[in-house]
Amino acid sequence: MAKSIAKEFTKGLWDEIPPFRLVLGLCPVLGVTTTMQNGIGMGLATTFVLICSNILVSALRNIIPAKVRIACFIIIIATFVTVVELLMQAFTYQLFLQLGMFIPLIVVNCIVLGRAEAFAFKNNVLLSTVDGLGMGLGFTISLGALGGVREILGTGTFYGHALFGASFHPFAFMVQAPGAFLCLGLMLCIMNMFGEK
Amino acid sequence: MGDYIVLIISCIFVNNILLSQFLGNCPFFGTSKKMETALGMAMAVVFVLVMAGMITWMTEKFILKPYGLEYLRTISFILVIASLVQFVEMFLKKSIPGLYAGLGIFLPLITTNCAVMGACLININEEYSFLQALVASFAYAVGFGLALVLFAGLRERILLARVPKPLLDTSIALVTAGILSLTFFAFKGMV
Repeated sequence: MAKSIAKEFTKGLWDEIPPFRLVLGLCPVLGVTTTMQNGIGMGLATTFVLICSNILVSALRNIIPAKVRIACFIIIIATFVTVVELLMQAFTYQLFLQLGMFIPLIVVNCIVLGRAEAFAFKNNVLLSTVDGLGMGLGFTISLGALGGVREILGTGTFYGHALFGASFHPFAFMVQAPGAFLCLGLMLCIMNMFGEK
Repeated sequence: MGDYIVLIISCIFVNNILLSQFLGNCPFFGTSKKMETALGMAMAVVFVLVMAGMITWMTEKFILKPYGLEYLRTISFILVIASLVQFVEMFLKKSIPGLYAGLGIFLPLITTNCAVMGACLININEEYSFLQALVASFAYAVGFGLALVLFAGLRERILLARVPKPLLDTSIALVTAGILSLTFFAFKGMV
Protein backbone atom coordinates (compact mmCIF):
# COMPACT_ATOMS: atom_id res chain seq x y z
CA MET A 1 0.00 0.00 0.00
CA ALA A 2 2.68 2.46 1.06
CA LYS A 3 4.65 1.53 -2.02
CA SER A 4 1.79 2.26 -4.40
CA ILE A 5 1.16 5.59 -2.66
CA ALA A 6 4.79 6.52 -3.19
CA LYS A 7 4.52 5.41 -6.80
CA GLU A 8 1.44 7.53 -7.49
CA PHE A 9 3.17 10.50 -5.91
CA THR A 10 6.46 10.27 -7.76
CA LYS A 11 4.98 9.57 -11.19
CA GLY A 12 3.64 13.13 -11.22
CA LEU A 13 7.11 14.46 -10.52
CA TRP A 14 9.03 12.80 -13.33
CA ASP A 15 7.50 9.94 -15.34
CA GLU A 16 4.29 11.74 -16.22
CA ILE A 17 5.22 15.28 -15.23
CA PRO A 18 2.71 17.69 -16.71
CA PRO A 19 3.01 19.59 -19.03
CA PHE A 20 6.26 18.09 -20.32
CA ARG A 21 5.32 14.42 -20.53
CA LEU A 22 1.57 14.78 -20.73
CA VAL A 23 1.15 17.64 -23.17
CA LEU A 24 -1.93 18.99 -21.44
CA GLY A 25 -2.86 22.30 -19.92
CA LEU A 26 -0.48 24.31 -22.04
CA CYS A 27 -2.35 27.60 -21.96
CA PRO A 28 -1.45 28.72 -18.43
CA VAL A 29 2.02 27.21 -18.90
CA LEU A 30 2.72 29.56 -21.79
CA GLY A 31 0.58 32.46 -20.66
CA VAL A 32 1.65 33.19 -17.10
CA THR A 33 5.29 32.13 -16.96
CA THR A 34 6.78 35.54 -17.67
CA THR A 35 8.19 35.50 -14.12
CA MET A 36 8.94 32.70 -11.71
CA GLN A 37 6.58 34.09 -9.08
CA ASN A 38 3.62 34.05 -11.43
CA GLY A 39 4.47 30.54 -12.51
CA ILE A 40 4.61 29.21 -8.96
CA GLY A 41 1.45 31.09 -7.93
CA MET A 42 -0.44 29.64 -10.86
CA GLY A 43 0.96 26.19 -10.13
CA LEU A 44 -0.15 26.30 -6.49
CA ALA A 45 -3.65 27.51 -7.41
CA THR A 46 -3.96 24.64 -9.88
CA THR A 47 -2.62 22.18 -7.29
CA PHE A 48 -5.30 23.23 -4.83
CA VAL A 49 -8.07 22.75 -7.40
CA LEU A 50 -6.55 19.46 -8.52
CA ILE A 51 -6.37 17.97 -5.01
CA CYS A 52 -9.86 19.12 -3.97
CA SER A 53 -11.54 18.00 -7.17
CA ASN A 54 -9.73 14.65 -7.08
CA ILE A 55 -10.92 14.06 -3.49
CA LEU A 56 -14.53 14.96 -4.24
CA VAL A 57 -14.69 13.08 -7.53
CA SER A 58 -13.27 9.93 -6.00
CA ALA A 59 -15.54 10.19 -2.93
CA LEU A 60 -18.57 10.51 -5.20
CA ARG A 61 -17.42 8.03 -7.82
CA ASN A 62 -20.06 5.44 -6.91
CA ILE A 63 -22.88 7.99 -6.96
CA ILE A 64 -22.11 9.87 -10.17
CA PRO A 65 -23.79 8.15 -13.15
CA ALA A 66 -21.20 7.33 -15.81
CA LYS A 67 -23.20 8.99 -18.59
CA VAL A 68 -23.19 12.49 -17.16
CA ARG A 69 -19.83 12.24 -15.41
CA ILE A 70 -18.09 14.93 -17.47
CA ALA A 71 -20.76 17.49 -16.59
CA CYS A 72 -20.48 16.54 -12.90
CA PHE A 73 -16.69 16.84 -12.99
CA ILE A 74 -16.92 20.27 -14.56
CA ILE A 75 -19.32 21.52 -11.89
CA ILE A 76 -17.07 20.18 -9.11
CA ILE A 77 -13.99 21.77 -10.69
CA ALA A 78 -15.77 25.08 -11.34
CA THR A 79 -16.81 25.25 -7.68
CA PHE A 80 -13.23 24.90 -6.45
CA VAL A 81 -11.96 27.35 -9.06
CA THR A 82 -14.43 29.92 -7.75
CA VAL A 83 -13.15 29.24 -4.22
CA VAL A 84 -9.55 29.81 -5.35
CA GLU A 85 -10.54 32.93 -7.26
CA LEU A 86 -12.22 34.49 -4.22
CA LEU A 87 -9.39 33.44 -1.87
CA MET A 88 -6.74 34.92 -4.12
CA GLN A 89 -8.73 38.11 -4.52
CA ALA A 90 -8.87 38.41 -0.73
CA PHE A 91 -5.32 37.43 0.27
CA THR A 92 -2.96 37.79 -2.71
CA TYR A 93 -4.54 40.63 -4.66
CA GLN A 94 -1.36 41.55 -6.56
CA LEU A 95 -0.93 38.02 -7.86
CA PHE A 96 -4.64 37.88 -8.66
CA LEU A 97 -4.26 40.93 -10.90
CA GLN A 98 -1.13 39.50 -12.54
CA LEU A 99 -2.67 36.15 -13.40
CA GLY A 100 -5.94 37.77 -14.43
CA MET A 101 -8.02 35.70 -16.78
CA PHE A 102 -5.97 32.57 -16.30
CA ILE A 103 -7.48 31.89 -12.86
CA PRO A 104 -11.07 31.31 -14.07
CA LEU A 105 -9.53 29.38 -16.94
CA ILE A 106 -8.29 26.67 -14.54
CA VAL A 107 -11.80 25.27 -15.10
CA VAL A 108 -10.91 24.33 -18.63
CA ASN A 109 -7.38 23.18 -17.80
CA CYS A 110 -7.22 19.72 -19.32
CA ILE A 111 -4.97 18.39 -16.53
CA VAL A 112 -7.63 18.82 -13.86
CA LEU A 113 -10.39 17.23 -15.92
CA GLY A 114 -7.98 14.62 -17.23
CA ARG A 115 -6.96 13.46 -13.74
CA ALA A 116 -10.61 13.36 -12.62
CA GLU A 117 -11.50 11.19 -15.59
CA ALA A 118 -8.40 9.02 -15.83
CA PHE A 119 -7.58 8.55 -12.17
CA ALA A 120 -9.95 9.83 -9.48
CA PHE A 121 -13.05 8.24 -11.01
CA LYS A 122 -11.43 4.80 -10.73
CA ASN A 123 -9.41 4.95 -7.50
CA ASN A 124 -10.04 5.49 -3.80
CA VAL A 125 -9.84 8.79 -1.97
CA LEU A 126 -6.36 8.33 -0.51
CA LEU A 127 -4.70 7.40 -3.80
CA SER A 128 -6.56 10.19 -5.60
CA THR A 129 -5.37 12.76 -3.08
CA VAL A 130 -1.79 11.61 -3.52
CA ASP A 131 -2.18 11.62 -7.29
CA GLY A 132 -3.55 15.17 -7.19
CA LEU A 133 -0.70 16.30 -4.94
CA GLY A 134 1.97 14.70 -7.12
CA MET A 135 0.57 16.00 -10.39
CA GLY A 136 -0.01 19.44 -8.88
CA LEU A 137 3.54 19.67 -7.55
CA GLY A 138 4.92 18.45 -10.87
CA PHE A 139 2.91 21.15 -12.61
CA THR A 140 4.12 23.79 -10.14
CA ILE A 141 7.75 22.74 -10.60
CA SER A 142 7.43 22.88 -14.39
CA LEU A 143 5.80 26.30 -14.29
CA GLY A 144 8.39 27.57 -11.82
CA ALA A 145 11.28 26.24 -13.93
CA LEU A 146 9.91 27.67 -17.16
CA GLY A 147 9.11 30.96 -15.41
CA GLY A 148 12.61 31.04 -13.93
CA VAL A 149 14.37 30.48 -17.25
CA ARG A 150 12.23 33.08 -19.01
CA GLU A 151 12.65 35.59 -16.20
CA ILE A 152 16.45 35.20 -16.03
CA LEU A 153 16.88 35.56 -19.78
CA GLY A 154 14.07 37.99 -20.43
CA THR A 155 14.45 40.51 -17.63
CA GLY A 156 17.70 39.51 -15.93
CA THR A 157 16.09 38.91 -12.55
CA PHE A 158 15.48 35.81 -10.45
CA TYR A 159 12.33 35.76 -8.35
CA GLY A 160 12.26 39.57 -8.53
CA HIS A 161 15.93 40.09 -7.55
CA ALA A 162 18.34 41.57 -10.06
CA LEU A 163 21.03 39.07 -11.05
CA PHE A 164 23.34 40.90 -13.38
CA GLY A 165 25.00 44.30 -13.39
CA ALA A 166 23.68 47.35 -15.18
CA SER A 167 25.50 46.38 -18.37
CA PHE A 168 23.16 43.40 -18.89
CA HIS A 169 20.83 43.77 -21.84
CA PRO A 170 17.68 41.75 -21.20
CA PHE A 171 16.73 39.30 -23.93
CA ALA A 172 13.19 40.69 -24.07
CA PHE A 173 12.15 38.19 -26.70
CA MET A 174 11.93 35.54 -23.99
CA VAL A 175 9.18 37.20 -21.97
CA GLN A 176 7.06 37.77 -25.05
CA ALA A 177 4.77 35.34 -26.79
CA PRO A 178 7.14 33.65 -29.25
CA GLY A 179 9.75 33.10 -26.55
CA ALA A 180 7.29 31.04 -24.51
CA PHE A 181 6.84 28.47 -27.27
CA LEU A 182 10.54 28.31 -28.09
CA CYS A 183 11.60 28.03 -24.46
CA LEU A 184 9.13 25.23 -23.68
CA GLY A 185 10.09 23.38 -26.86
CA LEU A 186 13.81 23.54 -26.06
CA MET A 187 13.25 22.50 -22.44
CA LEU A 188 11.26 19.50 -23.65
CA CYS A 189 14.13 18.68 -26.00
CA ILE A 190 16.63 18.78 -23.11
CA MET A 191 14.35 16.55 -21.03
CA ASN A 192 14.13 14.07 -23.89
CA MET A 193 17.92 13.98 -24.12
CA PHE A 194 18.21 13.05 -20.45
CA GLY A 195 15.33 10.62 -20.71
CA GLU A 196 17.08 8.67 -23.48
CA LYS A 197 20.04 7.59 -21.36
CA MET B 1 -18.00 50.93 -39.23
CA GLY B 2 -14.29 51.74 -39.10
CA ASP B 3 -14.23 50.71 -35.45
CA TYR B 4 -15.46 47.26 -36.33
CA ILE B 5 -12.81 46.78 -38.99
CA VAL B 6 -10.13 47.72 -36.48
CA LEU B 7 -11.69 45.33 -33.98
CA ILE B 8 -11.74 42.48 -36.50
CA ILE B 9 -8.13 43.01 -37.55
CA SER B 10 -6.93 43.31 -33.99
CA CYS B 11 -8.77 40.14 -32.94
CA ILE B 12 -7.60 38.05 -35.89
CA PHE B 13 -4.00 39.17 -36.24
CA VAL B 14 -2.69 41.42 -33.50
CA ASN B 15 -4.23 39.66 -30.51
CA ASN B 16 -4.44 36.26 -32.13
CA ILE B 17 -6.04 34.07 -29.55
CA LEU B 18 -3.64 31.16 -30.01
CA LEU B 19 -0.32 32.79 -30.66
CA SER B 20 -0.37 35.92 -28.58
CA GLN B 21 -3.01 35.28 -25.90
CA PHE B 22 -2.11 31.61 -25.37
CA LEU B 23 -5.68 30.36 -25.24
CA GLY B 24 -6.77 27.07 -26.74
CA ASN B 25 -3.31 25.58 -26.99
CA CYS B 26 -4.32 21.99 -26.18
CA PRO B 27 -6.39 21.49 -29.34
CA PHE B 28 -3.77 23.56 -31.19
CA PHE B 29 -1.17 20.86 -30.57
CA GLY B 30 -3.63 17.99 -30.35
CA THR B 31 -5.45 18.38 -33.65
CA SER B 32 -2.79 19.91 -35.87
CA LYS B 33 -1.07 16.73 -37.00
CA LYS B 34 -3.30 16.42 -40.04
CA MET B 35 -4.85 19.13 -42.19
CA GLU B 36 -8.24 17.37 -42.14
CA THR B 37 -8.62 17.34 -38.36
CA ALA B 38 -7.34 20.92 -38.16
CA LEU B 39 -10.04 22.09 -40.57
CA GLY B 40 -12.71 20.20 -38.63
CA MET B 41 -11.62 21.72 -35.35
CA ALA B 42 -11.38 25.22 -36.85
CA MET B 43 -14.95 24.99 -38.17
CA ALA B 44 -16.32 23.65 -34.91
CA VAL B 45 -14.66 26.49 -33.00
CA VAL B 46 -16.06 29.20 -35.28
CA PHE B 47 -19.52 27.73 -34.88
CA VAL B 48 -19.47 27.31 -31.10
CA LEU B 49 -17.51 30.43 -30.21
CA VAL B 50 -19.92 32.78 -31.97
CA MET B 51 -22.91 31.22 -30.22
CA ALA B 52 -21.14 31.03 -26.86
CA GLY B 53 -20.08 34.67 -27.19
CA MET B 54 -23.68 35.76 -27.67
CA ILE B 55 -25.16 33.60 -24.95
CA THR B 56 -22.55 34.34 -22.28
CA TRP B 57 -22.90 38.06 -23.03
CA MET B 58 -26.64 37.79 -22.42
CA THR B 59 -26.09 35.71 -19.28
CA GLU B 60 -23.79 38.37 -17.88
CA LYS B 61 -25.99 41.30 -18.86
CA PHE B 62 -29.42 39.97 -17.94
CA ILE B 63 -28.80 37.50 -15.12
CA LEU B 64 -25.46 37.97 -13.34
CA LYS B 65 -25.19 41.77 -13.36
CA PRO B 66 -28.72 42.76 -12.27
CA TYR B 67 -28.61 40.37 -9.32
CA GLY B 68 -25.00 41.11 -8.32
CA LEU B 69 -23.89 37.53 -8.96
CA GLU B 70 -20.66 38.30 -10.81
CA TYR B 71 -18.70 35.95 -8.54
CA LEU B 72 -20.61 33.04 -10.09
CA ARG B 73 -19.34 33.98 -13.55
CA THR B 74 -16.89 31.08 -13.85
CA ILE B 75 -19.45 28.41 -12.93
CA SER B 76 -22.30 29.84 -14.98
CA PHE B 77 -20.18 30.41 -18.10
CA ILE B 78 -18.77 26.91 -18.12
CA LEU B 79 -22.26 25.48 -17.60
CA VAL B 80 -23.65 27.60 -20.42
CA ILE B 81 -20.83 26.55 -22.73
CA ALA B 82 -21.09 22.86 -21.82
CA SER B 83 -24.83 22.74 -22.34
CA LEU B 84 -24.57 24.79 -25.52
CA VAL B 85 -22.07 22.33 -26.96
CA GLN B 86 -24.32 19.42 -26.02
CA PHE B 87 -27.30 21.17 -27.58
CA VAL B 88 -25.47 22.04 -30.79
CA GLU B 89 -24.35 18.43 -31.04
CA MET B 90 -27.90 17.08 -30.77
CA PHE B 91 -29.24 19.70 -33.17
CA LEU B 92 -26.62 19.01 -35.82
CA LYS B 93 -27.05 15.24 -35.50
CA LYS B 94 -30.75 15.60 -36.21
CA SER B 95 -30.93 18.31 -38.84
CA ILE B 96 -27.54 18.65 -40.57
CA PRO B 97 -26.01 15.14 -40.48
CA GLY B 98 -23.39 16.10 -43.08
CA LEU B 99 -21.89 18.82 -40.92
CA TYR B 100 -22.22 16.63 -37.84
CA ALA B 101 -20.18 13.87 -39.48
CA GLY B 102 -17.57 16.47 -40.46
CA LEU B 103 -17.20 17.99 -37.00
CA GLY B 104 -17.64 14.61 -35.32
CA ILE B 105 -15.48 14.13 -32.27
CA PHE B 106 -14.34 17.75 -32.14
CA LEU B 107 -17.60 19.11 -30.80
CA PRO B 108 -17.45 17.55 -27.32
CA LEU B 109 -13.77 18.54 -27.04
CA ILE B 110 -14.69 22.18 -27.39
CA THR B 111 -16.16 22.29 -23.89
CA THR B 112 -12.64 22.19 -22.49
CA ASN B 113 -11.19 24.48 -25.13
CA CYS B 114 -10.05 27.52 -23.24
CA ALA B 115 -10.24 29.65 -26.39
CA VAL B 116 -14.04 29.58 -26.10
CA MET B 117 -14.20 30.38 -22.40
CA GLY B 118 -11.31 32.84 -22.73
CA ALA B 119 -12.88 34.80 -25.57
CA CYS B 120 -16.16 35.02 -23.63
CA LEU B 121 -14.31 36.37 -20.60
CA ILE B 122 -12.42 38.89 -22.75
CA ASN B 123 -15.74 40.14 -24.14
CA ILE B 124 -16.96 40.78 -20.61
CA ASN B 125 -13.69 42.28 -19.34
CA GLU B 126 -13.48 44.69 -22.27
CA GLU B 127 -17.12 45.69 -21.69
CA TYR B 128 -18.06 45.20 -25.31
CA SER B 129 -21.58 45.97 -26.54
CA PHE B 130 -23.60 43.06 -27.91
CA LEU B 131 -22.64 43.73 -31.51
CA GLN B 132 -18.98 44.23 -30.60
CA ALA B 133 -19.00 40.98 -28.62
CA LEU B 134 -20.51 39.17 -31.58
CA VAL B 135 -17.96 40.57 -34.03
CA ALA B 136 -15.05 39.98 -31.64
CA SER B 137 -16.10 36.36 -31.01
CA PHE B 138 -16.29 35.70 -34.71
CA ALA B 139 -12.93 37.36 -35.36
CA TYR B 140 -11.25 35.44 -32.52
CA ALA B 141 -12.62 32.20 -33.90
CA VAL B 142 -11.37 33.04 -37.39
CA GLY B 143 -7.96 33.88 -35.94
CA PHE B 144 -7.95 30.53 -34.15
CA GLY B 145 -8.85 28.71 -37.37
CA LEU B 146 -6.26 30.60 -39.39
CA ALA B 147 -3.43 29.83 -36.96
CA LEU B 148 -4.50 26.20 -36.62
CA VAL B 149 -4.65 25.57 -40.37
CA LEU B 150 -1.32 27.34 -40.99
CA PHE B 151 0.27 25.30 -38.23
CA ALA B 152 -1.17 22.02 -39.52
CA GLY B 153 0.33 22.79 -42.93
CA LEU B 154 3.73 23.42 -41.35
CA ARG B 155 3.57 20.23 -39.31
CA GLU B 156 2.76 18.16 -42.38
CA ARG B 157 5.88 19.56 -44.04
CA ILE B 158 8.00 18.84 -40.97
CA LEU B 159 7.12 15.14 -41.24
CA LEU B 160 9.29 15.08 -44.35
CA ALA B 161 12.26 16.77 -42.71
CA ARG B 162 15.06 15.08 -40.78
CA VAL B 163 14.54 16.28 -37.24
CA PRO B 164 17.13 15.48 -34.51
CA LYS B 165 15.86 12.71 -32.28
CA PRO B 166 15.37 14.58 -28.97
CA LEU B 167 13.41 17.29 -30.79
CA LEU B 168 10.91 14.91 -32.37
CA ASP B 169 7.16 15.36 -32.12
CA THR B 170 5.96 17.84 -29.49
CA SER B 171 9.29 19.56 -29.06
CA ILE B 172 9.71 20.53 -32.71
CA ALA B 173 6.02 21.45 -32.83
CA LEU B 174 6.55 23.93 -30.00
CA VAL B 175 9.58 25.47 -31.68
CA THR B 176 7.61 25.77 -34.93
CA ALA B 177 4.75 27.40 -33.07
CA GLY B 178 7.26 29.85 -31.64
CA ILE B 179 8.42 30.85 -35.11
CA LEU B 180 4.83 31.10 -36.33
CA SER B 181 4.06 33.24 -33.32
CA LEU B 182 7.00 35.45 -34.27
CA THR B 183 5.40 36.19 -37.63
CA PHE B 184 2.15 37.16 -35.94
CA PHE B 185 4.21 39.28 -33.58
CA ALA B 186 5.02 41.49 -36.54
CA PHE B 187 1.38 42.60 -36.66
CA LYS B 188 1.80 44.25 -33.25
CA GLY B 189 2.39 47.72 -34.64
CA MET B 190 -0.59 47.63 -36.99
CA VAL B 191 -3.45 48.76 -34.77
